[in-house]
Amino acid sequence: MATNKPSKDRNLLAAIGDEDTITGLLLAGIGQVTQDQKNFFIVEPKTEVQSIEAAFGEYTQREDIAILLINQHIAERIRPAVDKYQQAFPALLEIPSKDHPYDPSKDSVLKRVQKLFGE
Amino acid sequence: MSGTGPRESVFPTRMALTNTKTRLKGAQTGHSLLAKKRDALTTRFRAILRKVDEAKRKMGRVMQLASFSLAEVTYATGDIAYLVQQQAKSASFKVRANQENVSGVVLPTFEVDRVPGTDFNLTGLGRGGQQVLRSKEIYAKAVETLVELASLQTAFMILDEVIRATNRRVNAIEHVVIPRLDNTIKYIISELDEMDREEFFRLKKVQGKKKRDAEAAEAKRNAELTEQSLQSDSTVSTGQSAEAPLEDDSTTVDLLSSKDEDVIF
Repeated sequence: MATNKPSKDRNLLAAIGDEDTITGLLLAGIGQVTQDQKNFFIVEPKTEVQSIEAAFGEYTQREDIAILLINQHIAERIRPAVDKYQQAFPALLEIPSKDHPYDPSKDSVLKRVQKLFGE
Repeated sequence: MSGTGPRESVFPTRMALTNTKTRLKGAQTGHSLLAKKRDALTTRFRAILRKVDEAKRKMGRVMQLASFSLAEVTYATGDIAYLVQQQAKSASFKVRANQENVSGVVLPTFEVDRVPGTDFNLTGLGRGGQQVLRSKEIYAKAVETLVELASLQTAFMILDEVIRATNRRVNAIEHVVIPRLDNTIKYIISELDEMDREEFFRLKKVQGKKKRDAEAAEAKRNAELTEQSLQSDSTVSTGQSAEAPLEDDSTTVDLLSSKDEDVIF
């Protein structure tokens, strides 16, 4: 549902990813850390699915995030939640990581694109 | 009666007919306008679709490049992940949302909004500073691509939603509203015709009855006249002036009672 309007406050990027991806994105300067919250979440192989989902939920609920970047292999771990996510804001973007090359056939948006093309 | 399909619950009057016809015209105009809107959006949507597909593939390459540059940093400097995570304080790379209007649909477009300065002044101070700087630039470029892609994707999602809604409306008008109004108009017209025929028949009936009444009255009057003339003929000899009013009274009573009998049919 694309119901929520783009507001002026939405100007941050958020990221959920493995350590390397997050490091790179932080180098680019997307990091915003305040007393109680930060806008990036590092997933290690032993990180549990629940905590990834919690982070995903938090970032999609926050009012100041415009774009949420998530590594594709991590999106794969919480695929039901990602596929269920239909909002326009924040925009959800699946990005490749160092160890996992990008697979267009798994992307939830590209899946829709493909479906629309291959009518 | 042609009320076979669903129709509005209105009284079949001329005013309701006019109203319904106006509404039908309105529905047809709305239908053509919405259909045009849908076509315009679909054109836009197809263009965006192609771009999204392209941009997603480009992103794969860009991110690969960026990862590679980070690997160089790690090789030159050692692991900087922890340092970077700890030093991140406030975002210097932000986006700004602008709005674009496509046939009444507001599409957001994200724009990169970079603040000069960085949180990582000391990273790579010992060695590999150049690699860190380079990696930072490459990642910034990569994120710019991502932002571009994000705005395309958002436009894609919103357009998808709006096109669906528009399609629903177009179909609803085409398959529900217009047939119903058509049915209503047919119903009203048929009812009005029916009423016309009934009215015509009624008038005929009334006319016929009036004619018969007139004939009966005529016959009666004729009969009375002849009777009267007969009586007056007989009374002429005895004395007309004295008995004439009395006779008159009786004839009027007679007339009334006879008419009453006649009325029943």
